[in-house]
Amino acid sequence: MGTANLLASSGSDVDFMIHGIFSYELFGQTFWITTTHVAILIVMLVILVFAVAARITISHAQKYPTGFQNVVEMIVEMLDHMVESSMGVHAKKFRNYIGSIFIFIFISNISGLFGLRPPTADYGVTLPLGLMTFGLIQYNNIKYNKFGAFTGLFKPLPFLFPINLIGEIAAPFSLSLRLFGNVLSGTVMMSLIYSLLAKFAIGWPGILHIYFDVFSGAIQTYVFCMLTMVYVTDKLPDAG
Amino acid sequence: MEGITNEGLVLACSAIGAGLAMIAGIGPGVGQGIAAGHGASAVGRNPGARGEITSTMLLGQAVAETTGLYGLAIAFILLFANPLLGKL
Repeated sequence: MGTANLLASSGSDVDFMIHGIFSYELFGQTFWITTTHVAILIVMLVILVFAVAARITISHAQKYPTGFQNVVEMIVEMLDHMVESSMGVHAKKFRNYIGSIFIFIFISNISGLFGLRPPTADYGVTLPLGLMTFGLIQYNNIKYNKFGAFTGLFKPLPFLFPINLIGEIAAPFSLSLRLFGNVLSGTVMMSLIYSLLAKFAIGWPGILHIYFDVFSGAIQTYVFCMLTMVYVTDKLPDAG
Repeated sequence: MEGITNEGLVLACSAIGAGLAMIAGIGPGVGQGIAAGHGASAVGRNPGARGEITSTMLLGQAVAETTGLYGLAIAFILLFANPLLGKL
């Protein structure tokens, strides 16, 4: 955070780092409230307002939906279809979780459009998301495979144990690094354009915003959720 | 050569290293291109399965992208959180 070298020394306007807003002391440690916290609070507020509005609309739902009810039903149907198409009969148990992280990651990724620094461009946000997925994978592994969760590491051949173990442990890191790297590279590209081409960057960077924020953000959200579902489905019994 | 400080040398080499690390971008580029090409030919052969082919293709491309992102992570570490500067 504080190590401003290389790029920062060439152009002082290039700014895509996380900034500390204020610090406080707790149990002898210094904690920083950073731009990521502020951005994540705004994202949560947006989702909360949307959720309350959706709840009010659905609680007096009409048989022939209009306006906002249409939008809410469309989102729910889209998410349900996405989960069902890849998890099959197990979809019921997981659509809450997958739907929640989908909406959170998607709003986070496109928050760059509204001038925020996307929260997912901070490894402190994507790593917990990856670890949550890891917990979900291992919980289902032990729940359904019982002791097979451990003996499965020695298949197909016993000496493959280290490779299987690394394969299990690498899942949350590759998931979180993928999301982090993609969103951060988009953020860096946009801030480079705005700072190094400041005089010419009028209007046309909007096209790049569509690519880096909306397209790339949507794809990465989809990929994160799909990979989560693939990892989890891998541990579930077939057509149980 | 006498005008170069130790710190300057480390910074310059780190910049070169970051550039070299991004050579890792070649692999995912080729791999994703091949996946997209095969996806396109699969849609051509069986247009009905378009949705499933697209999602499978995106999933494969995302996995193929991982190696490139490791290179990107190395480049970012060299540029913004340089561990070598602390060893001077």
